[in-house]
Amino acid sequence: MWWTRLKALIVKELLAVLRDPKGRTILIGPPIIQLLVFSYAATLEVTDVDIMVLNRDNGQWSQELIQLVGGSPTFRSIELASSPAEVRLAIDTQRVIAAVEIGPTFSRDIEAGRPAEVQLILDGRRSNGSQIVSGYLGRIVSTLAAETPAGKRAPSETVQVVARNWFNPNLTYQWFMVPNLVASIALLIGLIVTALSVARERELGTFDQLIVSPLRTHEILLGKLIPPMMIGLFHITIYILAAVFVFGVPLRGSLFLLYGSAVFYLAAVVGLGLFISALSKTQQQAILGAFLFMVPAMLLSGFATPIENMPSWLQPVTLINPLRYFLVIVKGVFLKDIPLYEVVHQTLPLCLIAIVTLSSAAWLFRKRLE
Amino acid sequence: MTAMATALDTTPFVRLTSVTKRFGSAAPALDAVAGDILGGRITGIVGPDGAGKTTLIRLMTALMLPDAGSVEVLGYDTRSDPAGIQASIGYMPQRFGLYEDLSVQENLDLYADLRGLPKSERSRTFGELLEFTDLARFTTRLAGKLSGGMKQKLGLACALLRKPRLLLLDEPGVGVDPISRRDLWKMVENLKAEGIGVVWSTAYLEEAEACDHVFLLNQGRLLFSGPPAEMTGRVENRVFRLSGIRGRRREKLAHFLEMEGVVDGVIQGEAIRLVMKPGLQPFQSREATGAYCAAVTPPRFEDAFVDMLGGGPGGRSRLAETQRAFASEDGRSVIEARGLTKRFGDFTAADNITFDIPRGEIFGLLGPNGAGKSTTFKMLCGLLTPTAGDGRVAGFDLRRDAPAARNRLGYMAQKFSLYGDLSVIQNLNFFAGVYGLAGARKRERIALMGEIFDFRSVLDMSAKDLPLGVKQRLALACAVLHEPEVLFLDEPTSGVDPITRREFWTHINGLVEKGVTVLVTTHFMDEAEYCDRISLIYRGRSIALGSPDEMKARIASEDLPDPTMEDAFIALVQGSEAKDAA
Repeated sequence: MWWTRLKALIVKELLAVLRDPKGRTILIGPPIIQLLVFSYAATLEVTDVDIMVLNRDNGQWSQELIQLVGGSPTFRSIELASSPAEVRLAIDTQRVIAAVEIGPTFSRDIEAGRPAEVQLILDGRRSNGSQIVSGYLGRIVSTLAAETPAGKRAPSETVQVVARNWFNPNLTYQWFMVPNLVASIALLIGLIVTALSVARERELGTFDQLIVSPLRTHEILLGKLIPPMMIGLFHITIYILAAVFVFGVPLRGSLFLLYGSAVFYLAAVVGLGLFISALSKTQQQAILGAFLFMVPAMLLSGFATPIENMPSWLQPVTLINPLRYFLVIVKGVFLKDIPLYEVVHQTLPLCLIAIVTLSSAAWLFRKRLE
Repeated sequence: MTAMATALDTTPFVRLTSVTKRFGSAAPALDAVAGDILGGRITGIVGPDGAGKTTLIRLMTALMLPDAGSVEVLGYDTRSDPAGIQASIGYMPQRFGLYEDLSVQENLDLYADLRGLPKSERSRTFGELLEFTDLARFTTRLAGKLSGGMKQKLGLACALLRKPRLLLLDEPGVGVDPISRRDLWKMVENLKAEGIGVVWSTAYLEEAEACDHVFLLNQGRLLFSGPPAEMTGRVENRVFRLSGIRGRRREKLAHFLEMEGVVDGVIQGEAIRLVMKPGLQPFQSREATGAYCAAVTPPRFEDAFVDMLGGGPGGRSRLAETQRAFASEDGRSVIEARGLTKRFGDFTAADNITFDIPRGEIFGLLGPNGAGKSTTFKMLCGLLTPTAGDGRVAGFDLRRDAPAARNRLGYMAQKFSLYGDLSVIQNLNFFAGVYGLAGARKRERIALMGEIFDFRSVLDMSAKDLPLGVKQRLALACAVLHEPEVLFLDEPTSGVDPITRREFWTHINGLVEKGVTVLVTTHFMDEAEYCDRISLIYRGRSIALGSPDEMKARIASEDLPDPTMEDAFIALVQGSEAKDAA
């Protein structure tokens, strides 16, 4: 009996989303856009940048340095400047991201074994990019330093650092981004589909129909909970397939663990969506509410910036963010074979969040019926 | 003066020449409508929802252009000179274009600015209009806080700021209590006396009778154009009132409706109202129908409309025939309301409402919008928690008792509230599932509904794309799928065409004969007469309770020996106000 009712609700809910052209757009549009934008356009790598060199030295070593910089694939073009004013203008107009200024005594100092200096001028407006460029240039300069007479004389004094990137040996940007997207798409879809569902019924007056029917409150809640979770799992699956077959991201861990924890993650997300939905009177309010939650949730998840870099007072806030935990699991399953205890460790908070969001949604639901 | 009046009479204010308007690929919203609208008269544009009334009015305002044909207003063509038209007409759209967060005075100021009313004329015009609409006491009140009737009056005042030559009113009577409706009508009569042409659109057929000229629209086609008396004339001497009926009058009505020669019939209080084919008397088989007395009664516009559409749908309800019967076991009331009260903040929406409904009765909550009938209704079916008092349905308090008790009731909401994106069959499947029907029984009931309501050709259509009449049938089908013993109907036939309405009531009457109990809210006075008993709800209180005939008898006097339900309503409301004042 209860199964008949619940099945009717689930079928209705799925049909309501799939038969509504707007609903279909929401299911297809944002996922594709997100996949394309984040994996191709919003890259954090710095390639193809232009830099400028102001060379006031006529010696061999400055030529050597320029050759090395020019040989790096990071830089698209190197412009030679003839005066500091020219450098200033190029940076001001953002024509170049950085300029290397080589002093007049550069080669002489090197030959004499004195410390030689290179000045680096960076565009602080593009802080992230210039930081990376500064790193690249620093490495080039130290390569040159090792070639100098002084450098050759003291090889034993320098400690050689050899970096080896585990899990993502070539630091392929998409290996990092696409697993992240698996988690964020589930957040986006789960939240929007749920947030709209109750608000839509309230707007159309069908909610009253549900309340006067023999459905119990928890049945209505389950009926609102399961379909968005099914849709969320569907999107997760599509994204996993895209990650493996389109982007070639290795899948090293257990899919079973990934899907197991995804259920709790989606329950937490859908609980939030229901809460927002129960608060809103119209679909517009629901959408607005969903985005009001989603933007900070993305920023405070470790998606783009590490949580450890956030100020200490802000870090505890991330503890209530379900995305934070699921990101660890998704990246773990993809890039390293994350062990079971680590997945459980991350799933427990998800479970807790799901209990809190679902029960407060149920509470608000009942209260709103008054 | 006389010469001028004649001149006005002969030149039509609006000339419609074979006007056609389509939206998308659907059947035309207006199909070759032609006619003239004259000044100094009230022209009614009458028809059910979706007939094309609003489209026609918007075409006259030049806000919309016809696909074919032409609309000429006050000598200007709507295609070539919309500005000329808009400068000299007044238009009141259906949802009054009032700003709910502005006060009455601020709304007037705003519209005066928009219409470019010179500052020097304002105080005089405002004074006149506020007196005319009797809103002078409320100038500081927010428009959103006004009652439906007052909102319409304010809307009218805004439309009259620059005295128009032609006034277009789109369903001004919707959501307005009968008293305000009479006030509005009087105002419009005054305007007409000044030579202004008034267009009043309405879905209430009784309003049509008061117009000077009527355009009757149905599904985009002009069925009739002429004075309403000409329309009612076609059924003159063919309408009979059968009183003194012994036994069950609904069963009798069903029987009559199946008889040859009966065009239409409805319950009217204790009596039955029949429309016969020309030359026939409803006397042919006296022995079969029992003793009664049949008297010719003045025809109504609705009688003529149904006659024009080829008569009602007959009296058989297959729905009722297949319904299991509910026997009254112990004579206990099926629905009980005990001192039901609901307060929202300091506003009392329903105040101490008490009534009992025995099995097999149709009980009506009658009152204007916002009077509290929906609040009462919602408290009984469990959608609202009463502040005080309690309501029981079949012995259960629907808010507290087991949800299974709700299996006994069927609910039909005021506006169409099925899942518009789901198809007809998906809606039926959903409601069957929610009410716990499964397997063979589910298939059987759904197939039966498909047959009774003739859904076969539309099963896969999205519910939102159905014509209004089919939507209404689908809503009823979903409400009775599980054979409920109590039916809650909230304004069930608001705006539907009279044939669909007849069909609907034939089913309800049949179900009631099987012992189903019905609670219905309505603001249609004539629909109230289909009920066994009604409670008159006004400003949150039940001001009268009894059968429609009792209510009419209560106010009958020498001046008014045979009052209508509307007369009774107004007299009872005025009586209750007088009592409050005393």
